Amino acid sequence: MTVSRPFLRSISTTTPKAIITNASATSSSSSPNSTTPSSSPSTSSRSLATVADPPVRRYGGLKDQDRIFTNLFSRHDHGIKGAKARGDWHKTKEILLKGDSWIIQTIKDSGLRGRGGAGFPSGLKWSFMNKPGWEKDKRPRYLVVNADEGEPGTCKDREIMRGDPHKLVEGCLVAGRAMNATAAYIYIRGEFYQEASHVQQAIDEAYKDGLIGKNACGSGYDFDVYLHRGAGAYICGEETALIESLEGKQGKPRLKPPFPADVGLFGCPSTVANVETVAVAPTIARRGGAWFASFGREKNSGTKLFCVSGHVNNPCVVEEEMSIPLQELLEKHCGGIRGGWQNLKGIIPGGCSVPVIPREVCEKALMDYDSLKDCQTSLGTGAVIVMDQTTDMVSAIARFSKFYKHESCGQCTPCREGTTWMMNMMDRLVEGRAQEREIDMLLELTKQVEGHTICALGDAAAWPIQGLMRHFRPEVEARLAAYHAKHGQVLFGGKLLSETDQRYAIPDNLGGDALRQIASS
Amino acid sequence: MASVASLTRTGRSAVSRNLPARAFTTSLSARSDSLFVHRDTDYNNPDIPFEFDAENLKMAKEIIARYPPQYKKAAVMPILDLGQRQNKGWTSISVMNAVAKLLEMPKMRVYEVATFYTMYNREPVGKYFVQLCTTTPCKLGGCGSDIIQKTIEEKLGVHGGESTKDGKFTYIEVECLGACSNAPMMQINDDFYEDLTPESTVKILDALSKGERPKPGPQSKRYKSENSAGLTTLTGKPYGPGEFCQPEFQ
Repeated sequence: MTVSRPFLRSISTTTPKAIITNASATSSSSSPNSTTPSSSPSTSSRSLATVADPPVRRYGGLKDQDRIFTNLFSRHDHGIKGAKARGDWHKTKEILLKGDSWIIQTIKDSGLRGRGGAGFPSGLKWSFMNKPGWEKDKRPRYLVVNADEGEPGTCKDREIMRGDPHKLVEGCLVAGRAMNATAAYIYIRGEFYQEASHVQQAIDEAYKDGLIGKNACGSGYDFDVYLHRGAGAYICGEETALIESLEGKQGKPRLKPPFPADVGLFGCPSTVANVETVAVAPTIARRGGAWFASFGREKNSGTKLFCVSGHVNNPCVVEEEMSIPLQELLEKHCGGIRGGWQNLKGIIPGGCSVPVIPREVCEKALMDYDSLKDCQTSLGTGAVIVMDQTTDMVSAIARFSKFYKHESCGQCTPCREGTTWMMNMMDRLVEGRAQEREIDMLLELTKQVEGHTICALGDAAAWPIQGLMRHFRPEVEARLAAYHAKHGQVLFGGKLLSETDQRYAIPDNLGGDALRQIASS
Repeated sequence: MASVASLTRTGRSAVSRNLPARAFTTSLSARSDSLFVHRDTDYNNPDIPFEFDAENLKMAKEIIARYPPQYKKAAVMPILDLGQRQNKGWTSISVMNAVAKLLEMPKMRVYEVATFYTMYNREPVGKYFVQLCTTTPCKLGGCGSDIIQKTIEEKLGVHGGESTKDGKFTYIEVECLGACSNAPMMQINDDFYEDLTPESTVKILDALSKGERPKPGPQSKRYKSENSAGLTTLTGKPYGPGEFCQPEFQ
């Protein structure tokens, strides 16, 4: 929290800033720094002139010339002619000839972090493929592109694939060269039929033009790109599940280690990367790592596609600078919240698996990995789901629980059983048909699922509920109280006291203590 | 549970106040979306012949060539999809068996895949397979998927998972289809219909039942997923090859 403080201050509400400026104004006689509008309060206590505070940098306001995806809205030709006119496949041969370590170093310099949600540094991840002595390994090597975009709220890769498919295909070649891969598989979710046909068209055109295949771009490097369509399983967005699915099996995640970089697709070294991560690689190589790193805060650099949905006036997908304040993103590109900023209830900033944050937190959140982590949530895929005051927050989160129940692959018991339990309990909370103690039971349940499964789907199912209870617990409690007032006491498990057969003793673990409470009152 | 009632001790039955008798168990049996096992029926049994036609066999060959020769089974998902398309939109047991034969893999391995993924319909579907997204972003965005759901159910006279009597439409609710900025949306066969309102939903369904194909994509005035009030980004002509690049790539 402390690290990001100076940045947070620059976008926080006007009141604290006003106090700060006043404070520095009163001490202006002793402090030469007072000309800096947002000098930190510590300057007012300085007795001697020291170094001036660096000016506060504001993020956002990316110019069109710095946008990577110039055909995001499919306004121009998505075919090879249009793509080449927009700068794709320009001197790709020269990039390839620079060699694997140059590409990886450029990506490392750019500070690119995986855009699929985890935010792992891409240059480092790609370098895992080139372990010392990798040349002696005769196995083929694969780049697998994760285009199984299933996270509710996320619709960014879709725009890349239908507007800029050549950026993706070229990215496969550049990223594949960096990790010395022999082929790339693009795994597209099955529902994206039009997107898959655009990508297939781009692959066919690139083969025909000699850009991929044998002697790709005339560089002497052989590289194939294949397309694989999924069939509607959210879990296949997990990297090892995706590999399993590509191999023609059920998409059930594998245990790690061995990591895919050692034993991955078809038993060969593989790396799974998100569409956006791969598609930005050629542009970074051409424009330089320093250019990409100049956007956003340190360690969160670059540009990013944000997809905004929910209660904003004009939901849209937009490419913006990392670290753009959340409020600015919504007001600049999406026409603001329906009914004004004060009408905002909460925002899920990174797709359904990250916790919701209330308005006060949204006001100081920057859209990058670290700031949102400080806000106890996550950037995820950059999918902003906005909810205004009319939203039934409990039912919105309960719907996510239903989603996870539906999408759990059933391999690990905590997740398979836990997601069902969470859904059932959340459904009762929507109604209010539960005891207050069951909120804590539900939270305990989420803790028992989280971290006890092979993949992160269990965690993802747990976090929205934890976020709900962290920020909106009073709302849940009020709902329970309202239901109790109307229907009387509820036992654990949702049974009404009035429905129970009171000839029998009810054990405490089913809410028998409720009876005792009533009797004593 | 009559047996439970008879167990009630007579001495205490006098105090029973019309309460339901307590059952041995209060939890419901687990229900899944669909049955995971196959049951032979007159329309779906292994004796019904299914063969890939020449065109699909050619395409299947192309698909198989994408994977390493020793991993022919990796093609099971795209080939099942081919089979489903040839078999009027659903994957019967005969389709699965044909796929197993084509890919030289055990039938059970194909059944495993066909039951795991939701896009393989193991029951017949109508000519138009209407899938409405009801996950939270669609529930919130636009007019909300709840209204669209009501509209579709009223228009078609069916509930989720059912087909219309004339066999034209099958309607189901599905999880996120990945067009959240264009919520609410539905998918009909391979086409996405986005930015729906009750009126445009009815219009689409009407057009389909007349045999027309309405224009896919956003049903509002916008073109794709841009800001509907006018572009906030990418307003000018996109930059060309080599522009703004490092000197060596210009």
